[in-house]
Amino acid sequence: MALFDDNIRKQLAQILDGLKDDVHIVFFTQEIECESCHDAHQFIDEICAINPKLKMTRYNLVTDAEKAAEYKIEMVPAVVMLDKDGNDTNIRFFGIPGGYEINSFLGALLEVSGERQELPEDILKRIQKIDKDIHIQVFVTLSCPHCPGAVITAHRLALENKKIKADMIEANTFVPLSIKYNVSGVPKIVINGEHELLGDQPITAFLDVIEKI
Amino acid sequence: MDFNLSSSLFTGEQQFNAFESSKIYDVIIIGGGPAGLTAAVYSLRKGMVTGLITRQVGGQMAETAGIENYLGYRYINGVELADKFHDQVMQFGIDFENNTNVKTIKDGLIKEVILEDGRVFKTRTIIVASGKLPRKLNVPGEKELTGHGVAYCAICDAPFYKDKKVVVAGGGNSGIGAAIDLARIATHVTVVQRRDRLKADKILVDKLKHYENVEILLGHAVKEVTGAGHVEAVIAENRETGERISIPADGIFVEVGSIPNSDLAKGLLDMNETGEIIIDEFGRTNKEGIYAAGDVTDVPYKQIIIACGDAAKAALSATDYILSNPNF
Repeated sequence: MALFDDNIRKQLAQILDGLKDDVHIVFFTQEIECESCHDAHQFIDEICAINPKLKMTRYNLVTDAEKAAEYKIEMVPAVVMLDKDGNDTNIRFFGIPGGYEINSFLGALLEVSGERQELPEDILKRIQKIDKDIHIQVFVTLSCPHCPGAVITAHRLALENKKIKADMIEANTFVPLSIKYNVSGVPKIVINGEHELLGDQPITAFLDVIEKI
Repeated sequence: MDFNLSSSLFTGEQQFNAFESSKIYDVIIIGGGPAGLTAAVYSLRKGMVTGLITRQVGGQMAETAGIENYLGYRYINGVELADKFHDQVMQFGIDFENNTNVKTIKDGLIKEVILEDGRVFKTRTIIVASGKLPRKLNVPGEKELTGHGVAYCAICDAPFYKDKKVVVAGGGNSGIGAAIDLARIATHVTVVQRRDRLKADKILVDKLKHYENVEILLGHAVKEVTGAGHVEAVIAENRETGERISIPADGIFVEVGSIPNSDLAKGLLDMNETGEIIIDEFGRTNKEGIYAAGDVTDVPYKQIIIACGDAAKAALSATDYILSNPNF
């Protein structure tokens, strides 16, 4: 049974019409032992079928170990987004971007394809000044309306500066990781494994924390 | 699998502009909840040069799971309704600023709206529709354990309390609504209410009473939240006897009302003792050219439909003021 009904598929088609260039989606799964992998697989398949600019490659975490190592993927289901030239944008989605997160997923696709909203000059300057390795992990639940905002902000930072990596992590799929970072309220933003922000913070709040690292 | 697609997030993006410091707006609306968005539609339809600044589109409405008393929809999800409002505003050309806070406003024939990031925008009129923020309990342990068991948004965080014990502080509609959502997921829910009866609508209270895993503690106040690294217990005090009990819990949802976001107008606009901006039946404040609508005002009932009605009035008043003012 299809994941998207006709109504949603029509809306998705309209939104994806806004894609500028191609986006390469690298999807990591593992058919055995992974509950959400099957659903994520279907999700990616159906979205990619909607617009020819979306190109998908699927890998298996275990049998395609070198690919997993190349993109540093250790848990699945995982989506890696590459731009039209195959460059890693450092944007990741761990878990199915369903519920409200479909918005951050579509947002990422559009931005990676080149359809980007302008950022104010001073914000852009601050982002480009960052010269340390920054890893942002945004924990979400699919029923949280505030979460996509935080994910979109994190991913935008990754797009603007190669030193920044940003992940959406579905908290209920990756329980050990959620426990590790004491996630019990979302969105929870963890930067470099130790700095925390809670809630859909504006980009300036992210930058304030990052600049102090 | 469910999908909560906000198509306005994508189609709307192309139809708004960034704010310009060199412009003098006719109306700047502070707040993007139901009041702000309604004021925007009215203002734009009147041909006013309009700008809207918001921390989050939808405001409190976006945090409500189910709305059943906004006419036209027997039941609609808060974010969905917020999207529809947003969509309606975005069909016009509006200057829009999202995820942004206003620091303060300045009066004068041409007024100023000063953002937290320092930017200043000039305008002939201002409509303050900045709504409210959830009130905190202000008890020991609350701040430290926020995000570690102390929560303010049931629809966001309820899934984390599957098979766990939770406390809900507050017996109004929000509290009982949260308790119902949690009763389906948690093993046990304790509602702690200060008064000797629940304030919520009967329809909600009746619904809650159907759940067997819910305990209602009336006449009690939450005095402390304890736990090492994560909530472990909630201390509640009997308001009559002073006796304290420790309720073992993995989380506490705070639903004890809200405070108006009126700091930006402190010292400038007349407010009542709770900080709500005082308005008349035209949505006017004590300062000419400055209007207010919605939960941030002293309107006696805080409802989406009321906020919208008041916002329409405020926008029409602002328009009348501009059109009849010889200085403009």
